[in-house]
Amino acid sequence: MSDGGSLLPIIALLPFLGALVPGLMIRAGRTACASFTAVPTLAALVMLGTLAPAVLRGEVLQAEIVWLPQLGLTASFFLDGLGLLFAGMILGVGLLITLYARFYLSGDDPMGQFYTYLLLFQGAMLGIVISDNILLLLIFWELTSLSSFLLIGYWKHLPEGRQGARMALAVTGAGGLAMIAGMLILGDIAGSYNLTDILAQGEAIRASEWYLPALILILLGAFTKSAQFPFHFWLPHAMAAPTPVSAYLHSATMVKAGVFLMARMWPVLSGTDAWFYIVSITGLVTMVLGALIALFKDDLKALLAFSTVSHLGLLTMLLGFGTKAAAVAAVFHVINHLTFKAALFMTAGIVDHETHTRDIKRLGGLAKFMPVTALIGTLAALSMAGIPFFNGFLSKELMLEEAAHTGWFGNPWIVPVLATVGALLSVAYSLRFIFHVFAGPARDDYPAHPHDPPFGMWAAPAFLTVLVMVIGIMPHLAEPLVAAAASAVTGDELKPYLKIWHGVTPALIMSIIAVLGGAVLLALHRPLDRLWIAAPRPEAKTIFDGLVGGIAALSRALAEGLHNGAISRYLAIFIAATVLLGYAAFSGGEMRPPTREILPVPPVVAVGWLLLVGATILVVLHHRNRFRALVLIGVIGLMISVGFVYLSAPDLALTQISVETVTIMLLLLALYFMPKESPRESGAGLRLRDGTIALVAGGAVAALAMAFLTRDFSPISDFHLANAYKGGGGTNVVNVILVDFRGYDTYGEIIVLGIAGLTIYALMEALLDGPAGRRLRARPVPPDRSRDRHPLMMVVATRAMMPIAVMVGVYMFLRGHNEPGGGFVAGLVISIALLMQYMASGFAWTQSRQRIEYHVMIGWGVLIAGLTGAGAWLAGKPFLTSAFGYIHWPPIEEFEWATAMAFDLGVFLTVLGAVMLMLYSLSRIARYAGETVNVEPMDYDPSLTIEKKKPEAE
Amino acid sequence: MSHWIVAPVILPALLAPIIAFVMRHDITLARAASFAGTIALAGIAIGLMVMVADGTTHVYRMGDWAAPFGIVLVLDRLSALMLLVTSVLALVVLMHATATGWDDRGRHFHALFQFQLMGICGAFLTGDAFNLFVFFEVLLIASYGLMIHGGGRVRLQAGLQYVVMNLAGSTLFLFALGTLYASTGTLNIADLAVKVREMPLEDAALVRVAAILLMVVFAIKAALFPVQFWLPATYANAPAPVAALFAIMTKVGAYAIIRIHAVVFGPDVPVMGGLIGEWLMPAAVVTVAVGAVGVLGARRLMPLLSFSVIGSMGTMMLAVAAFTPQAMTAALYYLVHSTFSAAALFLLADLVVSRRPGGDLLRAEPPVVQNGLFAALFFAGAIAMAGMPPLSGFLGKLLILDGLRDAPAMTMAWVAILLGSLMTIVGFARAGSILFWKATALAPEVAEGEAGDAKDAPPPGPARAGPLEVAPTVMALAILGLLAFLAGPVTGFMDNAAHQLFDGSDYVEAVLDPEAEVKK
Amino acid sequence: MEIVVASAVGVLTAGGVYLVLRLRAFSVILGLALLTYAVNVFLFATGRLAVNAPPVLNKYADVAYSDPLPQALVLTAIVISFGMTAVLVMFALGAYLEADHDRIDMTDAPEDDGEGDSGSDDAAITAQGENRV
Repeated sequence: MSDGGSLLPIIALLPFLGALVPGLMIRAGRTACASFTAVPTLAALVMLGTLAPAVLRGEVLQAEIVWLPQLGLTASFFLDGLGLLFAGMILGVGLLITLYARFYLSGDDPMGQFYTYLLLFQGAMLGIVISDNILLLLIFWELTSLSSFLLIGYWKHLPEGRQGARMALAVTGAGGLAMIAGMLILGDIAGSYNLTDILAQGEAIRASEWYLPALILILLGAFTKSAQFPFHFWLPHAMAAPTPVSAYLHSATMVKAGVFLMARMWPVLSGTDAWFYIVSITGLVTMVLGALIALFKDDLKALLAFSTVSHLGLLTMLLGFGTKAAAVAAVFHVINHLTFKAALFMTAGIVDHETHTRDIKRLGGLAKFMPVTALIGTLAALSMAGIPFFNGFLSKELMLEEAAHTGWFGNPWIVPVLATVGALLSVAYSLRFIFHVFAGPARDDYPAHPHDPPFGMWAAPAFLTVLVMVIGIMPHLAEPLVAAAASAVTGDELKPYLKIWHGVTPALIMSIIAVLGGAVLLALHRPLDRLWIAAPRPEAKTIFDGLVGGIAALSRALAEGLHNGAISRYLAIFIAATVLLGYAAFSGGEMRPPTREILPVPPVVAVGWLLLVGATILVVLHHRNRFRALVLIGVIGLMISVGFVYLSAPDLALTQISVETVTIMLLLLALYFMPKESPRESGAGLRLRDGTIALVAGGAVAALAMAFLTRDFSPISDFHLANAYKGGGGTNVVNVILVDFRGYDTYGEIIVLGIAGLTIYALMEALLDGPAGRRLRARPVPPDRSRDRHPLMMVVATRAMMPIAVMVGVYMFLRGHNEPGGGFVAGLVISIALLMQYMASGFAWTQSRQRIEYHVMIGWGVLIAGLTGAGAWLAGKPFLTSAFGYIHWPPIEEFEWATAMAFDLGVFLTVLGAVMLMLYSLSRIARYAGETVNVEPMDYDPSLTIEKKKPEAE
Repeated sequence: MSHWIVAPVILPALLAPIIAFVMRHDITLARAASFAGTIALAGIAIGLMVMVADGTTHVYRMGDWAAPFGIVLVLDRLSALMLLVTSVLALVVLMHATATGWDDRGRHFHALFQFQLMGICGAFLTGDAFNLFVFFEVLLIASYGLMIHGGGRVRLQAGLQYVVMNLAGSTLFLFALGTLYASTGTLNIADLAVKVREMPLEDAALVRVAAILLMVVFAIKAALFPVQFWLPATYANAPAPVAALFAIMTKVGAYAIIRIHAVVFGPDVPVMGGLIGEWLMPAAVVTVAVGAVGVLGARRLMPLLSFSVIGSMGTMMLAVAAFTPQAMTAALYYLVHSTFSAAALFLLADLVVSRRPGGDLLRAEPPVVQNGLFAALFFAGAIAMAGMPPLSGFLGKLLILDGLRDAPAMTMAWVAILLGSLMTIVGFARAGSILFWKATALAPEVAEGEAGDAKDAPPPGPARAGPLEVAPTVMALAILGLLAFLAGPVTGFMDNAAHQLFDGSDYVEAVLDPEAEVKK
Repeated sequence: MEIVVASAVGVLTAGGVYLVLRLRAFSVILGLALLTYAVNVFLFATGRLAVNAPPVLNKYADVAYSDPLPQALVLTAIVISFGMTAVLVMFALGAYLEADHDRIDMTDAPEDDGEGDSGSDDAAITAQGENRV
């Protein structure tokens, strides 16, 4: 069993491995390249041959490799009659195509690519027919779509190629996706994705209520792949591919994948009315329609393409009938169609290659110039027409026989009649292929001088035509293979008996009608052709293009309309959505009545509240006057700090006030370069919308705050209060939390500051090197600018304040651990002092008196903090574990040391560095903007006499 | 407890300042240090993966304080996985940035890069809600710096929008945390899980609000509808390597939702009553649609890729929204996949766009040198992003579809995913055919189309991409291939991670372990 | 008292949201500043309100303390938002200097109008040069 099966994965893998070679081998010449392509195919074919006897004996070979068990996806393969038939076809024709393409492709086509794609496709196709896991099958299925995309678009410089490729990908891809869903449902019903398991429980599946969806989805996949009406239109456009590709993919193999799938799933899905009507109707319609269009196509390949569509319809219809005999007919016709159609495509390719045209109206009489080609083409075409002693005849007979006693909706006539019409049309176009191309008088206006190609080029079609004849005359030779395949399809032993003469059966009569009618039709072709051209008919491509184009345009409008760069709208949507979701969540839960008693509101608080609210409203009203708005913001910040003091959060108050100051200062400095006014832009409607959103959001937040303010809870912070001193060595619990309990937060926080510094610095660098820098230099000096840049009073005052501020900073820093304060506040206080120096005495003057580089300061700050934290490792403790103790110093009573202080030092340095770096960046802009560098502390120095007073530099 | 757990945060945090102020004038030195750090990070991440392989949840108590009073780092399978993905991605991106010289087009690239890594790792490791906020800020502010690296008008404007959007998000984050603390009195994730689970239904309202607000906050990062609008402009205008690195940023948002809303606000929590899933599922469906529509309609390559990122986030969040171990397994697998496929595409786009006069405009122009090579790589990337075999995208899609089988909105989700991938396929096919195929029509020589072997072609001109420039893209794609090939074991790990996540008990026990010896 | 704080938060939020939705970078900065105040007070209030009970341990008498944890959180939040604001300001300034206007929306970029490129006709999508970097 598995001894043979173990070869299967190798067979499946060979083409993919082989695909790597040609791309490189092309350097060794085209012949070498082609032969290296043939090697893996040949090897796979030989291995398959060794397995064939067992399969023909009725064995089923299996191999399984675990891949993704959680999903039920295993790389498992199995080979039965059906698989053997298709695998043989794929590899056999693949070999012939390789040979043919070697001569067909011209020297300047990238042949390495071609063979790589070809082998990729071959592997994918092979995988479909021997995989025993429907998920694995899906993978190979999609791979065929992709590789055919590459092959159709092979001549990428031709628009037909590109468009045909994308159309094929879109259509087959869509079908593939539908099939994914169908297969997953199927697997869900069957409880396994293993084909053999699924095939075992057709009953259960047909009984399930998910059967119909699964059936439709899977059929969508099959129909799109096999170009069934109304998805047939992609196939003719795929003919933009080089003829070897058309011969291989679009007649012999890929388009049969859909048929294969239907055959594969036959035991599971067929046998219901849904299956019977959907499949057989689609098939029959496709068969007739395809044949009709084929008759009027002037492009040789288009004619063959539509005839392929028609024959695929025939196969689909046979499978749709759901009878065993029909299955046999289908399998047999698969073989026959393969042989004559591939031969015909190659013939068409030869004609195209030699005469440089495929337009039937420009051809005719070629038999004289290329007898061999003509012979091959004629024999193959006769088989397509279904003339006795050619294999096409045999399977057509079987088909007609089946059609003869199949009825739709109780009507016994529709099917036989339509089937006969289809056959008749196919006779017509087959004869047209013979008579309008090869027969008839020789012409002298061919685009090129036609002659038979070298042997290598006609060898392949010749071989196939021989098969056509052999099977046609000695059909019993094909019996074992057909038997094995048909048994595999139907799931029980079949012994088909293939012969030429069945006696006078309805089928015989029907095909006689077909042949005669076909001949008549061809005779009438010219007038009919005019009629056809005159008749209005929908052009599938335009419809498809219109559809896709419409969707694309719509998508563009949608996507760009939504993402139009208007962030104010993004934010509006975001806030509105948030409020709505919040409300939805809130209303979904209950809430107890309030439990806390309300604190009283002393008048002073009321006043503060009024100030705050008033200032806020004023900011909103006056936000266009930017300076005023900034001042008001300052007021708000002040009120909040006061509020913090009142509500027993001294640390917050300190921090808030100092951050406030620095922020305002930076904003002021930035505003110096920006417009002082915001224009009134948003219309009343917009303002109304925003106002509504704002009020609703504000109300929601207020309500939320009120909700918890009036209710008690049990926080974890009692622990912090209890352990701050004995665990953290500090009495200021907030500070202990910052540097100890949650020191890690603070660590992240100072890193944020450091990054802010770096980012701003980098930004300024980029800015000043770019056009902005140039614009700044060109910037006119604002007229309202004060002549006296460094007023005496301010200079003196700040100079005096400096040491005090530093003192305060140090004090703040030292007491931080036990009293309100800490490294952050200290850093800000000192940077404020420095900021004022800059403001008073100008940047350069101060800079020259200040030695430390800010990057270094930030760097050290972050490092010290980090290393302090890491220091705990030495004690085998986790990061940031603090230690503290007390030193007794005679002069000072008791001096506490705590590693937390080192950490706080890091905070201090980072803050200072970051703030100053921001200022530094701003001042550099100022310098670009033409602000002169002053060497003196003040422009007007009273200590100098009038004569020595130097003029204001500008 | 092993100190290695904290290393992914401390290592870059110590390295970055040194790069910033010691090596800021010597790009070579900075590169060396940055590489050393990133490689070390990857090594550590692998080590941590080994640590969690046995399924134990490691807890690292910052400052030796017991949870929930101090901050803890928690290392379980999920966080270890995220760390590994981050570090590998970082390495690929760093290689690209160095090879293409992106890192030298502005100041402090490597310092910001390391800080960025620190922030991301911190977010993945922390076991404390507020600390998560802090590290969100760290990674955000670093990303601001990286986003505008190199400067330029459009980039700065886009950067400004990015900052504003995220500041709004951070503000909401604080509101949410406040509400959370006000209603539960704690911030530690494990402690929250316990408290929220025990919470009586009469107190549900506030905590529900907190949960939904947090979801919105994380949704901004994960670019879910209706807060995905910021992403296209940001990604399209960020320096390509940064955009590639951002592939993990969206995942940070996804991770936060997975961690917080599965452990704390899981569907089985009485007060929540499946609230999150109800809202997340439709949001994800629309997100998929938005992504697909954007891909199909894009006129430029960068926005196209950005929308494809949105689409993949939606697909992934569909699986997350189901909040079942099976679907979460699929989500995690897809997470890794989409991270690297997005990165690969952005890196490749950089190589191509920087060589086209029309930039990323989808318009036929004469083919760039190595057109064939780029075409092949783009084909692979598109296959991955669109979820076609043989790369991991297809398996990820199958896993998600399979995982959503029993989800309430199964049909909607399936339709969204399948239609979405169809539109993505068509969109990518169009873009690729314009960029690489149509180009050849305008060029005399078609022979340049020789895929694959452009690398070993004669002496590279100035415009040619050297092996070092192409290598990162190829690496990213190779990872996708590997992901597909090793799907079995990988998914096995994801499966364990998902179960560990939803089991939750060992997470809580490990964090709130009363026997933990801490200083008192 | 509670109503005072809650309403203050509400007002600040409302004002902030309104300003954030304006079209000029500077107004947005102001708006975010207001929102920052709002959220800081909000966060602080989650520890519930208390008067004359600073969380500074008193070794001698045992007195009531206000909840220190939210205060610590707010401190961290303040510092972070300070850094963020600084960066935001610089970004706004930079964007202004580069673009010569401080509109926050990017709708002003010349919008190219490629005629609907149909799915299988990959005609070039025309675009008027939108100078990108």
